[in-house]
Amino acid sequence: MSLDQETVKRIATLARLKLDAERMGSMQHALNSILHFVEQLNEVDTSHVEEMVGGNRAIMPFRPDQVTDGNCVDKILGNAPEVTCNMFVVPKVVE
Amino acid sequence: MTNSPMKNDLVCLTLAEAKVGLHQKKFSAVELTKAYLQAMEQHRSLNAYILETPELALESAKKSDERLAKGEGRELEGIPLAIKDLFCTEGIQTTAGSHILEGFKPAYESTVSANLKNAGAVCLGKTNMDEFAMGSANITSYYGNVINPWKRADGKDLTPGGSSGGSASAVARGLAVAATGTDTGGSIRQPAAFSGIVGVKPTYGRCSRWGVVAFASSLDQAGPMTRDVRDAALMLEVMAGYDPKDSTSAPVDVPSFEMAMTQGVKGLRVGIPKEYRLEGMHEDLVALWERGTQWLKEAGAEIVDISLPHTKYSLPTYYVLAPAEASSNLARYDGVRYGLRVPGKTLDELYENTRSDGFGVEVQRRILIGTYVLSAGYYDAYYLKAQRVRKLIAQDFEVAFQKVDVILTPTTPTAAFALDEKPTDPVVMYLNDVLTVPANLAGLPAISIPAGLSKEGLPLGLQLIGPAFDENVLFRAGRVLEENASFKPILER
Repeated sequence: MSLDQETVKRIATLARLKLDAERMGSMQHALNSILHFVEQLNEVDTSHVEEMVGGNRAIMPFRPDQVTDGNCVDKILGNAPEVTCNMFVVPKVVE
Repeated sequence: MTNSPMKNDLVCLTLAEAKVGLHQKKFSAVELTKAYLQAMEQHRSLNAYILETPELALESAKKSDERLAKGEGRELEGIPLAIKDLFCTEGIQTTAGSHILEGFKPAYESTVSANLKNAGAVCLGKTNMDEFAMGSANITSYYGNVINPWKRADGKDLTPGGSSGGSASAVARGLAVAATGTDTGGSIRQPAAFSGIVGVKPTYGRCSRWGVVAFASSLDQAGPMTRDVRDAALMLEVMAGYDPKDSTSAPVDVPSFEMAMTQGVKGLRVGIPKEYRLEGMHEDLVALWERGTQWLKEAGAEIVDISLPHTKYSLPTYYVLAPAEASSNLARYDGVRYGLRVPGKTLDELYENTRSDGFGVEVQRRILIGTYVLSAGYYDAYYLKAQRVRKLIAQDFEVAFQKVDVILTPTTPTAAFALDEKPTDPVVMYLNDVLTVPANLAGLPAISIPAGLSKEGLPLGLQLIGPAFDENVLFRAGRVLEENASFKPILER
């Protein structure tokens, strides 16, 4: 199947990427070329196969629920583009 | 040390040789570091480093000399290394090759780079790479292309491979004794092959991913890029180990890879997978593969033909799973907490402006593919399907390793190509990784050994793939290939 421009636009919005008209054509072409390539997977019968999620271990390890870190506000804010009163600043989200 | 006149040059020493020289006080860590800083300056046109840290390097070399004087030298005391710019380094800019992280100074050190520093290594700087490790030619970096120190007769600039292209170029040209790389689909092994050096992708879980900028978390693995097999063994011993801060880090002991290296291949069963004989594989590589097989046979190994039937589905599987994981991992770059911010009137506009300016085209492509295959209605058809095929690919290897101890293949389908020969179709570019991706999908360790030259005089690599947590077998067979190939690195030409 092929992605139309409407779908590409919708995905871009989901991914918070802006695609102007100029880039839309080449991006649509590239995405369809990749999707066409991965569609080979449909040749494989996987009806009795379980999904493989990660590398080698299926079980996630547990650790004690303890605080091991903290009190590092300066470090956390150290790279922020804009900070006020120990908080990240963003455009107004509530009217 | 050998009698080669070139060996008088400090930057031509291997890690093992430099270690001996430092301990025998033939030269100091400061002298060694200065030799590298000078070489880095001389070869800036290769663009191997995004950031050089000469002052920090000299400071840390001085401390190493003090320790060495007291006889307190650690494993890598005074050894000048380069760190791929995907590893967070405390207080030192870490960009992942991206505009979106320009100026980002992590507040912490990655476990792998911390392991190296705690062993006394001197960090020369951060090496260039494809943006977020997405690429096979080091042409997607915001900080420019990296040039391979090797040249063809036509003199054109060649790619060092990618994504760890800066590390590869630096190690090959003598701008670092060794370097760290990361490998998600071949990003250590392919550049190692293109640049005539050794590169190891360890078993998934062998090296901690903590503090390594994430691309595809179920595939990413850090490893060493070095001048020879012994150096790779020495460096991996320091990089590897259990880390409670990475939930996928494996609680298994790290053996002495250097000891394993000397054990030879007598009685070892070496598998030759028929599916890796690709249509269109360059005849030089076919010949090299046959030579490699012969070398192992003559050294006492038994050669066994094997089949890995789902090999052809590795790349399509990878190009669903890696973008899916990437789209999720890269959601964090929002212009709010760190990195680039491009203002917008609303929060959504700020996100969009920041991400559209901050990410390059290849990264945006992969985010979009990943978002699509994870989106409602397509998740089962693409993402779950790929995870199932991934299982079949892993099972192929499990079956094969009941019959053999290690698998031998070429590392890449071709030698390095010129930067102006880069394919415009992303899928054609992806084919570079066709021989390396399966080991990532199955979580297996693999090594690339420089084993010969193409007719055009460019390095070619042979790849060995081993069972999970059996890097030993890679070093054993790798050393035999290395001895037989007597490959002459660019530094000695």
